[in-house]
Amino acid sequence: MEAAAHHHHHDHGPEVDVNPATWRDPKRYAWLLGLIVPLLPFLAWGLVELTGLGLFWFYGPILVFVIFPLLDIVVGVDAENPPDSIIKWLEQDRYYRWCTYAFLPLQYAGLVFACWLWADGGLSMVDSIGLALTMGMVSGIAINTAHELGHKRASMEKWLSKVALAQSGYGHFFIEHNRGHHVRVATPEDPASARLGEGFWAFLPRTVSGSLGSAWEIERARLERGGHSAWSIHNDILQAWAMTIVLFAALTAIFGLVVLPYLLGQAVLGFSLLEVVNYLEHYGLRRQKKEDGRYERCRAEHSWNSNNVASNVLLYHLQRHSDHHANPTRRYQALRHVDEAPQLPAGYAGMILLATCPPLWRQVMDRRLLAHYDGDVTRANIQPRAERRLRARYGAAA
Amino acid sequence: MSAWRCPSCGYVYDEDAGNPREGFQPGTAWSEVPDDWHCPDCGVRDKIDFEPAGE
Repeated sequence: MEAAAHHHHHDHGPEVDVNPATWRDPKRYAWLLGLIVPLLPFLAWGLVELTGLGLFWFYGPILVFVIFPLLDIVVGVDAENPPDSIIKWLEQDRYYRWCTYAFLPLQYAGLVFACWLWADGGLSMVDSIGLALTMGMVSGIAINTAHELGHKRASMEKWLSKVALAQSGYGHFFIEHNRGHHVRVATPEDPASARLGEGFWAFLPRTVSGSLGSAWEIERARLERGGHSAWSIHNDILQAWAMTIVLFAALTAIFGLVVLPYLLGQAVLGFSLLEVVNYLEHYGLRRQKKEDGRYERCRAEHSWNSNNVASNVLLYHLQRHSDHHANPTRRYQALRHVDEAPQLPAGYAGMILLATCPPLWRQVMDRRLLAHYDGDVTRANIQPRAERRLRARYGAAA
Repeated sequence: MSAWRCPSCGYVYDEDAGNPREGFQPGTAWSEVPDDWHCPDCGVRDKIDFEPAGE
């Protein structure tokens, strides 16, 4: 085919001339705070040593569920966007990449340290459980780091993504998320998009099993196109799970069987933390079907957003979720606040707490979802079991 | 040989190069790529959304 003079329209705003040399990124050094997370076991140990209080073995959950929700309230929100003309320049600045790469060696140094503490640290059972909960927070937030890395084109970053997932045993995530969730987001077909009337505890088993099945199906189809069996060494899911098996086996061989239950427990907690974030990111939002039977394109209105600074810095702008879904390969430092996106009433840290208590969640969120759809419940992604009840309550014809 | 570009992220499927990772050997014609295949980089757009990429 001849070279058609086909101009592709980029979604740029009005061109503002900004010189990269004079523009300062206010969050530039704040991103280093994300490294607090892999340092959690060291911080917990240090605080216990300093104060003599065993409570600090629980420092992970304390940080995520107490300190960060409060920080979100105190520090507040910021809807500042980098100027459009600077986005490209901002993305190619390698400093930001290194902030995420640095997470990984700290993550695994922390895991080895935690295993040593469980085996030889003289911890009580309660202390050990506290440390396992802390490691679960690291594991879960490491999935967020893996998420940032797994969206990039470079194979090295994709490989690092797999490494970050080894601690939670959730290696199939970077397949399902990129090739399943992003394609089917905010539709009833996506296991990782929560529905109106679906409590988190009902969503959790559905998303865990649904994502696993979907990931396998996606990988099987890819391998079969290339003439391979799904059960091959080229299977990215099997490769990623093998990393977890080797990792846990090596740690158990070195530190003894005593560490294995804690390793398994922190992994389950880690991926549950990821799934509760999935729960709140698209709760009840639905893309409509077009006349040709395809879904409308994913737009800003199909993700819940939050501009709470503290949680945003901790999670590499994950809460600017609409821009992420519009531009999945865009690097975190360049993600933008979008006015059209529905806003959560708190940062992710606070919303996670709310999600674990479904009656409270419904109280806060169902009203907001309904307002987003101008009171028309039929436009929401509804849990089939609850459909009749919800339609009756919100006055839609059954 | 022709090339096709994802209108969302700019990924280009070039028939000469194919995409062996995705199971399309070099030389695989665009017409042989299944319609339900979507952009391997962003996942936002489907094959039928792709646009001809001029060189």
